[in-house]
Amino acid sequence: MVLSAKDKTNISEAWGKIGGHAGEYGAEALERMFFVYPTTKTYFPHFDVSHGSAQVKGHGKKVADALTNAVGHLDDLPGALSALSDLHAHKLRVDPVNFKLLSHCLLVTLANHHPADFTPAVHASLDKFFASVSTVLTSKYR
Amino acid sequence: MVHFTAEEKAAITSIWDKVDLEKAGGETLGRLLIVYPWTQRFFEKFGNLSSAQAIMGNPRIRAHGKKVLTSLGLAVQNMDNLKETFAHLSELHCDKLHVDPENFKLLGNVLVIVLSTHFAKEFTPEVQAAWQKLVAGVANALSHKYH
Repeated sequence: MVLSAKDKTNISEAWGKIGGHAGEYGAEALERMFFVYPTTKTYFPHFDVSHGSAQVKGHGKKVADALTNAVGHLDDLPGALSALSDLHAHKLRVDPVNFKLLSHCLLVTLANHHPADFTPAVHASLDKFFASVSTVLTSKYR
Repeated sequence: MVHFTAEEKAAITSIWDKVDLEKAGGETLGRLLIVYPWTQRFFEKFGNLSSAQAIMGNPRIRAHGKKVLTSLGLAVQNMDNLKETFAHLSELHCDKLHVDPENFKLLGNVLVIVLSTHFAKEFTPEVQAAWQKLVAGVANALSHKYH
């Protein structure tokens, strides 16, 4: 799967519109994921995952910042995400199925807050973006 | 068998009562065909699918989306009995339509996203969870008669 020039434009523009809310959306996506897919909580036994949790807020910002960085390097996602890729492969070892669950919740969150901008074409590009990021993050698993 | 709590049923019906079947159905099916273009393989006779704009404006896609969501209405009314409710449709999708059940999951998730755009603040994590449970139950029920 390749991100076309149009995909890259859609992704950059959509992420630009999110502006300063990225951290908030990251946290909301995590909250949705923990609630809708309880098995994902198994990776966070050390977290308070209740609504409004400071740890989830903090982690949401971390995830959002990494995605913002990725948006800035759409021409070289493997390079930009190399360290995170190592981390997920050797330390975190989150089962690959979970990246789809978080990606879906990120889409639900973005659709929720920006319905007018979340056109079918933007939806498609963002879905591809999250899938590409997920592929890079699991690329060194074996 | 899937069991829905009273809260989950309320979360589902409170949203469902406000859904415009044609609008949401057309949008859901249209987005499925755009975001996962390989799903167009089942709609080769539906006319112009050459662009996102063509797909979203295609009246046959809109009508078929309405048909699909109308069936989902059956699910909302029979949440405690999904397998039996969808037995016939399951056979149809296997024997006549030859649809890979993976597509039911894709459609269910696209529907959740469409509901999220329409219902914003009302579409809380709890409401999303109830709907994910319903669409997963429907996907399961539709795959149940496959052989």
